[in-house]
Amino acid sequence: MKTGKLIVAAVALFGLSATAASAVTTLDAVKAKGHIQCGVTTGLAGFSAPDDKGVYSGIDADVCYAVAAAVFGDKNKVKFTPLTAKERFTALASGEIDILSRNTTHTLTRDASLGLNFTYYNYIDGQGFMVKKALGVKSVKELDGAKICIQAGTTTELNLADYFRTNSMKFQPVVYDTSIQTREGFDKGACDVLTSDKSQLAAIRTELKDPKSAVILPETISKEPLGPVVRQGDDQWFNIVKWVLFAVINADEMDVSSKNIDDLKAKTTNPNIKRLLGTEGDMGKKLGLSADWAYNAIKQVGNYDEMYTRNVAPLGLSRAGSVNALWSKGGVLYAPPIR
Amino acid sequence: MAGPKNTVAWHRNPLIRGIIAQAVLIAVVVWGITTIYANTVANMEARGIQIGFDFLSEVAPFGIAFSPFIDFNLGESTYLTVFFIGIQNTIIVSILGIIAATILGFAIGIMRLSPNWFISKIATFYIETFRNIPVLLQMMFWNFAIFLPLLPLPRQSLGGGGFFLNNRGVYLPKPVIENASANTAFWLAIAIGIAAMYILHKIALKRQEQTGKTMPGKLVGFGLLAALVALAAMIFGAPFGFSTPVLGTFNLTGGIEIPLPLFSLWFSLTTYTAAFIAENVRGGIEAVTKGQWEAAGALGLSRSNLLNLVVIPQAMRIIVPPTISQYLNLTKNSSLATAIAYEDIVALWTGTSLNQTGQALIIVAMTVVVYELLSLLTSIALNIYNKRVQLVER
Repeated sequence: MKTGKLIVAAVALFGLSATAASAVTTLDAVKAKGHIQCGVTTGLAGFSAPDDKGVYSGIDADVCYAVAAAVFGDKNKVKFTPLTAKERFTALASGEIDILSRNTTHTLTRDASLGLNFTYYNYIDGQGFMVKKALGVKSVKELDGAKICIQAGTTTELNLADYFRTNSMKFQPVVYDTSIQTREGFDKGACDVLTSDKSQLAAIRTELKDPKSAVILPETISKEPLGPVVRQGDDQWFNIVKWVLFAVINADEMDVSSKNIDDLKAKTTNPNIKRLLGTEGDMGKKLGLSADWAYNAIKQVGNYDEMYTRNVAPLGLSRAGSVNALWSKGGVLYAPPIR
Repeated sequence: MAGPKNTVAWHRNPLIRGIIAQAVLIAVVVWGITTIYANTVANMEARGIQIGFDFLSEVAPFGIAFSPFIDFNLGESTYLTVFFIGIQNTIIVSILGIIAATILGFAIGIMRLSPNWFISKIATFYIETFRNIPVLLQMMFWNFAIFLPLLPLPRQSLGGGGFFLNNRGVYLPKPVIENASANTAFWLAIAIGIAAMYILHKIALKRQEQTGKTMPGKLVGFGLLAALVALAAMIFGAPFGFSTPVLGTFNLTGGIEIPLPLFSLWFSLTTYTAAFIAENVRGGIEAVTKGQWEAAGALGLSRSNLLNLVVIPQAMRIIVPPTISQYLNLTKNSSLATAIAYEDIVALWTGTSLNQTGQALIIVAMTVVVYELLSLLTSIALNIYNKRVQLVER
């Protein structure tokens, strides 16, 4: 009996040693299961938040909708996994999700040591500070000695410490686990200041008990390029996600929108638009997708400007004149040509 | 050598068979663990995830607000220091919680058995309320719904004379050594006083055993201690000066700060765990046979003597083992601290540090080891105590 059990145990352990990384590509796996699994926030207005029917919307969610439209021709073939800041990278590395589109900052440490690849940026942000109006603070430089509410698991913790160290000021961090707890802490007075990316500050401010009681300080202390992330080691999938993002930005630049796209597809003589929409060249085939990949993404989800106007603009963050404008309009968004 | 010749074949000898079986088992387990380890590392490397302990000696690039015993200097302290600060903060809240929960739990448990209907119902109500609500919910309730909104902002702090209370925490004057000889004299006086208390207590006990008369040994000893300290202060001057908290631009600075997250966490862990300890205490006391109560009553002992000398020593044997589990639960429940911004090991190490370094596997494994060690240490300490209170049968 004893030896019998031992053999079973040994076989079980051998089984463990035999597990190795599978060679199936993400695209094949996604096609086989019939949907894309997309990691998003637990709820951040404008980026990814479920409505009362559980349908996600936001500029981050739109990236996943656009990829689903490009891969399947149907933007609804996507399922969302809400993740906290701490959980997100493990979820992606372990294969639980196919795309991480969760206002994630591109940094060297993350890119080089976590087994991830950052594609491009769908929102360029910067860290800012929000204070209670009653304190009468006008600049970040006046915040010496303040208690500062912050969410755990974000790059903001490091930027905050760097900024205060550079300016020889002291601060006490008050670190919460989720965005909602951080907001509650600030609202109820556990800290004097709340720091986060400026887009998030705008969203959080609208959710305060009295939004007028808080002001966002003018300084931006960091660069936060946010964009979708994929697993390292699958270049085909990396290319697909990256070029879907480039396609919607190029569409914005060429004034191709969900409204005029059918018209343009039938009538345009512009070779760039023809290549984008798959009526000329074999761009889709090179990515391993159908010829109308970009057409589907733009038709069903819209170009970048439509995404921005639908999701981020209602937070009071205007695109014109900001870094998120196209390179041709004074911003930094610049997509390589589709050819 | 003088025994009968061993005729059993070696492979049928139970001793040898036992040794072989054990050796094979150990080999399989070791092989299993090394395989899992090698496999994990290989798979992580294949996915481009870097893994190693090098990050421990890197400088931690973020701030820490609460660390009473270990110095944290932004830009100098390493991740290893952060790890120790996390352990320190977990131990602080656990010890404070265990002490308070024991006192409160005993009080409530004894109240529950009170012959006074009103007192016993209060205790029942307390236990049924606190025991049946998840502790995370209680923590959030006390912190976000009670303490934060009800206590005033720093500029309207309550209190005075160096003692302040606001919604950021409790602020006390901090003793600072100003006069070294006065300070030495103070501690010397305390040491002598405590020794005197101990000796007087022994003498009083001996006197009671011989003559049956009680003598207030502890009380006299305490008086002596107080007199010695006063004398030392008169001769050498005040042993400490005090640095009192003052209002800065945003917060009170100087003095000792007990931050609100620590207070809220301590408060909720204490009230929650005390409900369980109270039930242990009640169970232990009820298990003491009625005859013991009656016999002690017949001897004319007062209720407090009856409880302290007869009932509780016997009840302890039943109370201690389940209470050890409650202490361990309290320590582990402290890991919920991150919800209310207390910087325990889970918040600092598996939260902030994990995110900054990305070393998920190592950081989580180290945290598991810390909790395992803390639990084992608590168990060992209390098992020693348990042996002392157990019935020694002759």
